[in-house]
Amino acid sequence: MRTAGVRALARIHARADGRGGTCLPVLDGDGPLAPRRTRGSGGEAHVVLVGAMSGPLGGDHLTVRADVEPGARLRVGSAAATIALPGRHPGGARQDVTLTVADGGELHWLPEQLICAQGSDLTVTTRADLAPGARLVLREEQILGRAAEQPGRLLSRLTVRIGGRTVLDQELACGPGATGGWDGPAVLAGRRAVGQLVLVGPEFEVRPVGAGPLGEDAAVLPLAGPAVLVSAVATDALRLRRLLDEAQDRLAAPSV
Amino acid sequence: MSRSALLVLADGRFPAGGHAHSGGAEAAVAAGRITDAASLEDFCRGRLHTTGLVSAALAASAALGADPAELDAAADARTPSPALRTAARRLGRQLLRAARATWPSDELDGLARRFPKGAHQPVVLGLTARAAGLGPADAAHCAVHESVSGPATATVRLLGLDPFDATAVSARLAPEADRVVERAVDAARRVAGEGVDALPAASAPLLEILAEAHAGWSVRLFAS
Repeated sequence: MRTAGVRALARIHARADGRGGTCLPVLDGDGPLAPRRTRGSGGEAHVVLVGAMSGPLGGDHLTVRADVEPGARLRVGSAAATIALPGRHPGGARQDVTLTVADGGELHWLPEQLICAQGSDLTVTTRADLAPGARLVLREEQILGRAAEQPGRLLSRLTVRIGGRTVLDQELACGPGATGGWDGPAVLAGRRAVGQLVLVGPEFEVRPVGAGPLGEDAAVLPLAGPAVLVSAVATDALRLRRLLDEAQDRLAAPSV
Repeated sequence: MSRSALLVLADGRFPAGGHAHSGGAEAAVAAGRITDAASLEDFCRGRLHTTGLVSAALAASAALGADPAELDAAADARTPSPALRTAARRLGRQLLRAARATWPSDELDGLARRFPKGAHQPVVLGLTARAAGLGPADAAHCAVHESVSGPATATVRLLGLDPFDATAVSARLAPEADRVVERAVDAARRVAGEGVDALPAASAPLLEILAEAHAGWSVRLFAS
């Protein structure tokens, strides 16, 4: 049994190698965060975040930082879903993700689901700072409770800036102790899976995507900038992933 | 503050066009998610703590004199649905017209010049409160009141809900609404030092998702 909350930092730094590829001059992590380079494709470096311990548990504070330099291309996934669990330490757990992408850089940030187990209490912030010519594909999925259990408490904030201008800032509070109405008809209506897919790229300035619903529980929402958000809710993680995958296929058509 | 001026601004008959909007209630009724007073209350409570809080903080910041352009951009970032951004600007334009006639002020004239297509309604609301000699808490109260009373009155028309029941929903939420106002004003006071990132960003995924479907309906009773 762990006796104190874990402080851990993982860092990924991607740089164009000058030969059409991407190298990773920084790739390290401690505690529960272990980034591993896997086989890439084309000029893109692939990294998988491997969870080396259970968590985050109450009292833990995990920080992940990825920086993509000009012209570099990085794809980050995770080996398994992250499960937030209750811990022995008061005050909940915290996870902060900071992503920066320089001009001509491209980041695909596609972790597996975050599952908020019963009794957990987690605050997550994800902040992406992009240069005007950067590209981003970012997916976040929050699953409220494992199968047939009550959700834990989650406070999740996602901020996307392009050229210093904030184009998306949204926070979701859910689970026991969250502000009232979170499970009601305006917010989640009993759905237990919530997801966001953010696409950023200069092509959205030239060729704006049309807004509209994707079925009953998702919508394509062009933001006030060269970016689009797909917002979705679903009854479970599988259906949510299917919705977001379909949306990504539709939106990631080759740019003209 | 002038309590009488506050009542003029908060009055549902103030000619700012709010009656044409249901705050997402029309789409939620059609989806079968608002069926009675209890589900209306749950809907309004969710709205109060998300868009209600954000609108109230924007309005309070504007009333405190924060830069309207920065607040308007912050409102854009907190409103991913283009249909809701359009609705908020249309409501802002209508409110500004009524406000300039009611409380003429250089600041309101300047806002109209800066945003010919309309600024987000809560930003206009905050500057209107300023022009009327009201403070940030007054502006926040108006925003929070609208966030609940809009869907509540719309549901009377949409469902034929008893108006007494709809008003009782607003009254039951009043203590929570007061607490939301406090949070909103606290955040607004931090904007001067920390910038607009200090504003809350609470979101309601289904309000955003349903707004896009609703905007595509060929026949609807309410604009949003």
